[in-house]
Amino acid sequence: MTVTKALTGPPLTRDEAIEKVTGKARYAYEYHSQPDTAYAWIVTSPVAKGRVLTVDADHVLRSDDVIAVLWHENAPHLGDVGDPTLAVLQSPEIAYRGQLVALVVAKTPEAAREAAAQLPVEYEELAHDVVLTPDHASLYKPEKVNPAFETDTEQGDPDRAFDASPVQLDQTYSTVALHNNPMEPHATTAIWGENGSLTLYDSNQGGGVVQQLLAGLFELEKSQVHVINPHVGGGFGSKGMPRPNVVLAAMAAKVTGRPVKLAVTRQQMFSLVGYRTPTIQRIRLGAEADGRLNAIMHEVVEQTSTVKEFAEQTAVATRMIYAAPHRRTSHRLARLDVPVPSWMRAPGECPGFYAFESAMDELAVELGVDPVELRIRNEPEVDPETGNPFSSRNLVACLREGARRFGWRSEPRAPRNHREGRWLIGAGVAASFYPTYQMPASATASVDENDHYTVDINATDIGTGARTALHQLAAEALEVPLEQVTVRIGDSDLPAAGIAGGSMGTRSWGWAVTKACRQLREEGAKSVTANTKKDIEALGEYTRGSYGAQFVEVRVNQDTGELRVPRMTGIFAAGRIVNASTARSQFIGGMTMGLSMALHEEGLIDPVFGDYANHDLASYHVAGCADVGALDIGWIEEADEHLGGAGTKGIGEIGIVGTAAAVANAVFDATGVRVRELPIHLEDVLK
Amino acid sequence: MKPFAYAVAEAPVQAVHQLSARPGAKFLGGGTNLVDLMRLGVESPELLVDVTRLELDRIEPTATGGILVGAGVRNSDLAADPRIRAAYPMLSQALLSGASGQLRNMATVGGNLLQRTRCVYFQDVTKPCNKREPGTGCPARTGAHRDLAILGASEHCIATHPSDFAVALAALDARVQITGPAGDRALALADLYRAPDEDPSRDTVLDPADLITAVEIPTSREAHRNSLYRKARDRASYAFAVGSVAAGLSLAPDGTISEVRIALGAVAHKPWRARRAESALTGNPATPEQFRRAAELELAAAEPLPDNAFKVELSQNLIVAALSTLAGVEEA
Repeated sequence: MTVTKALTGPPLTRDEAIEKVTGKARYAYEYHSQPDTAYAWIVTSPVAKGRVLTVDADHVLRSDDVIAVLWHENAPHLGDVGDPTLAVLQSPEIAYRGQLVALVVAKTPEAAREAAAQLPVEYEELAHDVVLTPDHASLYKPEKVNPAFETDTEQGDPDRAFDASPVQLDQTYSTVALHNNPMEPHATTAIWGENGSLTLYDSNQGGGVVQQLLAGLFELEKSQVHVINPHVGGGFGSKGMPRPNVVLAAMAAKVTGRPVKLAVTRQQMFSLVGYRTPTIQRIRLGAEADGRLNAIMHEVVEQTSTVKEFAEQTAVATRMIYAAPHRRTSHRLARLDVPVPSWMRAPGECPGFYAFESAMDELAVELGVDPVELRIRNEPEVDPETGNPFSSRNLVACLREGARRFGWRSEPRAPRNHREGRWLIGAGVAASFYPTYQMPASATASVDENDHYTVDINATDIGTGARTALHQLAAEALEVPLEQVTVRIGDSDLPAAGIAGGSMGTRSWGWAVTKACRQLREEGAKSVTANTKKDIEALGEYTRGSYGAQFVEVRVNQDTGELRVPRMTGIFAAGRIVNASTARSQFIGGMTMGLSMALHEEGLIDPVFGDYANHDLASYHVAGCADVGALDIGWIEEADEHLGGAGTKGIGEIGIVGTAAAVANAVFDATGVRVRELPIHLEDVLK
Repeated sequence: MKPFAYAVAEAPVQAVHQLSARPGAKFLGGGTNLVDLMRLGVESPELLVDVTRLELDRIEPTATGGILVGAGVRNSDLAADPRIRAAYPMLSQALLSGASGQLRNMATVGGNLLQRTRCVYFQDVTKPCNKREPGTGCPARTGAHRDLAILGASEHCIATHPSDFAVALAALDARVQITGPAGDRALALADLYRAPDEDPSRDTVLDPADLITAVEIPTSREAHRNSLYRKARDRASYAFAVGSVAAGLSLAPDGTISEVRIALGAVAHKPWRARRAESALTGNPATPEQFRRAAELELAAAEPLPDNAFKVELSQNLIVAALSTLAGVEEA
């Protein structure tokens, strides 16, 4: 079939669907299972701060199955790539519980695991501090927040404007640590070639950055490192950068001269591969009686580690979402003896919008106006922070369409007003935003003597359907049927492209693919390689982003406080939608994550031991199928001529942004109880 | 993982002998808890004796009108049995509220009763735990204890028993049949479990080589038939109880309570039979006010900690809600 350009593309099944459901699709740990393959197992620290004194490797090396034990005194020296989390086994210092301190390599995974459990390690233990408090003594102002935003901003005189406002809201909201937990754990198979080259089958969100950093760590040319990742079982941000597993596997393979496989265990994932920082967010809103905002203040306290700074950009989207002449945002970090926080599912926007959109709901209650209407009244003409025009902004359309489809009562909130039997019923709404980013990428399109086209790009499909979307975009640009096109991704030998992250993968790769395919068709060439760097630089000064509105129905049991979500509606405005089916799945996934954040996910820091006490999927709950009711997903047909490329924005993360606030707002509507700490537990509303 | 031997037992007596002969051996039923604990390093048996082929997989009527359930019957099969569903609804409901479909297909009746606590400290071998390593201490009291006990705990352990099924069995006055090194015997389910006291390492009174071969459910009565299991949980499925109640009720012609059976889950080291509430209610009118008073009486002995104090009210509400439903009366 030929794909024609439409604002919504057809709902095609994933190209690799059969491979995946039949188990033929191979993941990083499943490559190169040869007789000489060795298996590595990570040993982690049971102390939260201190030093490794000695490792008694001989104790486990007595076993015939154990090949090597690596620790800081015998591990190969690594080059400095500026990321301390990748400088594995280079120092005795322990900065958090669960940090890796040694690696056991054995002939079988069972032997490696047993030796890792038996390995004697002596520690010097120091007092640790792992609890984030709003006035922590170590709070400081980071230079920038992720990735390069201003830490603090101020416009006008927010204090005076707040004080002078007839309606004021001053509340503090908090969120707990959240752990990414992709289905496929972080895993690598590493093989060194005779010519000093390194082949890595690695589970990541972008092989290019793995190639670059591993070359730096092992002091190789980039061309000597080959990273292969055709299938990745999820990442949610935690695989955006190389993780210790790929460095350790390469190190172990180098030392032993064997191919080495290494998978991080589920329990280890809670300390080794990033997570979302807890946040404490004070929000002040000053408004006129009609709901127009005079002052917005959003001040954030969150944590980072002592090893490496990560500053979640929690208040950044607050800078542009609504109009208000006076505004302030700030971020302060406490440096704690905790695992290194990192990117997770809309870093910044997700926790920030939970707090901010909860505050907007509280303000609507205070004012006695419909929360949908309050948001519409504060719709800005231009980006309030930069003064730039919006390339497109359809938040109001999303709110109106969502209200219609959900059956929203357009009236002021009257909590605890609806019940069915022993269940209190409420509805909540929140707005959603995610910025549109793009990274330069290269793609090659070529045609053979049989008129079959091949499109090559080192894109990564982490389960989103990106491979299929690129296939559709390629066929569209080439003006040929899909069957005439093969798309190859997930290999660092292919033209360079950025990561599957920041909701910019398909946008960035699709741009390069579209460009290469168009050129090939127009020029009648046999092969064309296109790069988008100059096109991206030529983008005009616009504020680009996806918008959305989520509506949630919550039921709360009067006897038990149990919270259930029978239905949610999400309407989004995210530019062209390439594949109606995989896009819907992205929105469903995002909203499910938001529901999960609101009601389930909770990394429980243990002050005594210093770790997250519930470090497995039995005790760290994520929403299960039975928790997710009817999900009505829709989008606004949006043609945005200022986007460039294939006219797409990003759809990976916006689903999660706002959903947690919509749930919390619905809980208030159902019960009259305003819970300002996530997740909401049944005991919070029991009464 | 430590290497271990695996043997298939052909008869209960043989299985018991295999365990007696080898200290550190364990029976393997569905494996849904034991295998997890082996992966975590909590259990490291030298020998697993598979007891799933002992032909203990029958559900049959007893001579006295009750039902005998083989210890090897899968949870899903028992929950679906029409006799259980009709005569002991609380039992079927308790089973169906546990775990996930996949786990219920694997889990056995015997294994369900002998599963271990899900306290996060018990399951983490890098931390102290009196149940796992006697004498090392209990970090749960000052740590993560939201899910843990409020009744009958000791300073050494505040673990909860995780089974839903056992809660309903406790309310039904079920008995367990046991084959042990000294022969066969039977115990009331209430006497199977013990309080943590000074030695929380032992969940039950069983000898390590004792094999539960069957569960005997008494002849069905009105308070068995008019029964339900209500489980409060954080997730709608696939979650242990935050609180639960198995309740059965029969009323006299004058509307007073002739028989009431109440057991609570997720509040103690064992299924908690609410005897005080039962005796306070028997002979009294079946009203929400009476139910509330009895529930408060039962929970008066609770010694909650900061993060599980809500379980007192939750358990009271569960009792009131369950009995109100069974009595057909409306709560305020």
